[in-house]
Amino acid sequence: MHHESATANNVQLVQLLTPDGQRVEHPDAAWTGSTDDLLALHRDLVLTRRVDTEAFALQRHGELGLWPPCKGQEAAQVGTARALRPQDMAFASYRGHGVAWVRGVPPENLLGMYRGTTLGGWDPAEFNLALPAIIIGAQTLHATGYAMGLTLDGAVGTGDADRDAAVMVYLGDGATSQGDVLEAMSWAASFSLPVVFVVENNHYAISVPVTRQTAVPLVRRADGFGFPGIRVDGNDVLACHAVATAALERAREGHGPTLIEAVTYRMGAHTTSDDPTRYRDGTESDDWAARDPIDRVRAHLQQLGDHSAAFAALEDEAEQLGVDLRAACAAMPEPDLADQFDRVFVDPDPDLQRQRGDYVAWRSLETGGVA
Amino acid sequence: MPTFRLPDVGEGLTEAEVVRWCVAPGDTVKVNEVLLEIETAKSVVELPSPFAGVVGELLVPEGRTVPVGTPLVSVEAAGSERQAMLVGYGPRDEGAPQRRRRRVPAGATATLEPPAAPAARPMAKPPVRKLAKDLGVDLTQVPCDGLITRSDVEAFARDRDVVSEPSTGEPPAREHRVPMTAVRRATAAAMVQSAFTAPHVTEWLQVDVSATVELVDRLRADRAWKDVTISPTLLVLRAVCLALQRTPELNAAWADEEIVMRDAVHLGVAAATDRGLVVPVVRDAQSLDLRTLAGRTAELVATARAGTIQPAQMAGGTFTVTNVGVFGVDGGTPILPPGQTGILAVGAIARRPWVDEHDAVVPRWVTTLALSFDHRVVDGEQGSRFLTDVADLLRDPGLALAW
Repeated sequence: MHHESATANNVQLVQLLTPDGQRVEHPDAAWTGSTDDLLALHRDLVLTRRVDTEAFALQRHGELGLWPPCKGQEAAQVGTARALRPQDMAFASYRGHGVAWVRGVPPENLLGMYRGTTLGGWDPAEFNLALPAIIIGAQTLHATGYAMGLTLDGAVGTGDADRDAAVMVYLGDGATSQGDVLEAMSWAASFSLPVVFVVENNHYAISVPVTRQTAVPLVRRADGFGFPGIRVDGNDVLACHAVATAALERAREGHGPTLIEAVTYRMGAHTTSDDPTRYRDGTESDDWAARDPIDRVRAHLQQLGDHSAAFAALEDEAEQLGVDLRAACAAMPEPDLADQFDRVFVDPDPDLQRQRGDYVAWRSLETGGVA
Repeated sequence: MPTFRLPDVGEGLTEAEVVRWCVAPGDTVKVNEVLLEIETAKSVVELPSPFAGVVGELLVPEGRTVPVGTPLVSVEAAGSERQAMLVGYGPRDEGAPQRRRRRVPAGATATLEPPAAPAARPMAKPPVRKLAKDLGVDLTQVPCDGLITRSDVEAFARDRDVVSEPSTGEPPAREHRVPMTAVRRATAAAMVQSAFTAPHVTEWLQVDVSATVELVDRLRADRAWKDVTISPTLLVLRAVCLALQRTPELNAAWADEEIVMRDAVHLGVAAATDRGLVVPVVRDAQSLDLRTLAGRTAELVATARAGTIQPAQMAGGTFTVTNVGVFGVDGGTPILPPGQTGILAVGAIARRPWVDEHDAVVPRWVTTLALSFDHRVVDGEQGSRFLTDVADLLRDPGLALAW
């Protein structure tokens, strides 16, 4: 018997773009996009990061109660989500800002929940993206249930490319220790459901390192359930896109689930309330900064030709996105607390209606009676 | 001029210390350029500017701790990007409900400026007006974007008093003021709470610990123990665990209506650090053998000295040992940590003349033990039994086999 560490490289890591921007080939994955496709992915990455850093700053301005940053994980999110078709459904966690960006959710809609002005943010049916899951790993059950529904609806394996659909669900390395996740994987495997589990292994469950989460690489979880697992460089947007495309295709065709372990790194804090310097040292962060998901795409594009004009235009676009996001955040309407009384029961409840009346009367006293 | 107020950067924080200003008055800043660093109970955090423009007065000096919502700096806006600040997701004032703020009409940015027109009478309820009068606060000067509350007035008075102090004309006396660190403040609060709620009794006992000193020397010389940090204090911790089994009342807690007896001994070990007194807690110390106890204690003390100890590692102690001997003194009257019934101070271990069983005066290793206990929970009988038990074990460590 031998030991394998959770971060060891003895499980093949699919990589198509090296950290210094060299395009390489891999037997298990192919990416055949054009330079324009590359530029589009680069734009997704840059603007996702801009949304993220702007929202982080808004929390520091006092405009948001909390923000969980996705910095460093953009390629894992953007690359996999770009493989989705419109009819596919995605379930992301609270850190999946890149997934929301790709699905077309206006970025300001991500802020309302963290500003306390809304209970959701968007209509899941409009973007085929569920609302962010806060409960760790719970979304895997939602996704598996949705995939069960697709199967019962006969929307899997018909051969009609516009009809066949699949589900992609995002979770973290910490979530893999949740019972919910294991139940979801077991069920998905038993019924051969069209669901792709994307584990964004960012190495930390808040402060708990992944080595305390598992004794073997997380991708090997799939073996036990009996579906394929693939380990991909989560900071390589091309590799992420390639493996996700194949896994979704397999799911839509009715061949069942796949586990993708995207090995990445949370470059920042768990949330704005966290101080990562207490549990990890600077050299580790420096190592991962050298593997930045955006830098390598940019370096590769520069090898293909002069894109400095496109980069400059993108910089302006990002700047404007920041300005717009700040303005949209400040303009969010403050919710009426009296509405809370209406959200408990479907049918009006006399007690709550009375309490609502009392509250409204008290409020008018509070602001109107002392001028 | 828009003002940047201290936000709650960590879900319910109430205050922060201004560590360092990164800008000076007159500097031009862009949106999201770092203005200052603050230290909260959780971490050191950089605050980026919500405004673009020219930095005005810095309203809080470095080293001062201020509540969430305190104006930090004003920025003379250069561009169109002015925002009404939305401050105070965290509690503004303990116990006070969140006030509903009257919104200023859209487009106005002057929410944080004092009212311009003298005719505008500030909004406040009569008791708050009375408080303002008593404190000599002019309500028109209180920054507020709606109804002025009691805490607004108190905060204004506090800031005024603090700011006006250094500039009271005469050259300052030969004294200077040192800003309070978070550890100092926490220690002060705990000591005051304990000293004025728990009636303390302190008992003293001198004891010949030569046998303990010999045991320490023997273990240190033993290759099997070479990786373990052995000290007399470690054996005191072990003795305390054993003695608490015989007198569990010293490990109990006073809970107003009843006394809470606790099965587990979570042992606080006071450690002096650069940041002040820190008391890490060795959990379930009663179940640890000497080697594990030594490892846990050494690790916790090292973490405390490095300044990376987490609040959870200092919480939940049931009994505390403080080694004042390291400062070269024989003893003191320790003050109980809140929620604990006993604390043992160990003095310096020194060569002293001692009268042995043959009435001969011989040089021995002697120390002084001082036990403070909460007289609401235990009486002199239990306190004395516990103290003599600890002393007996240190005089004759072999007794541990007999217990």
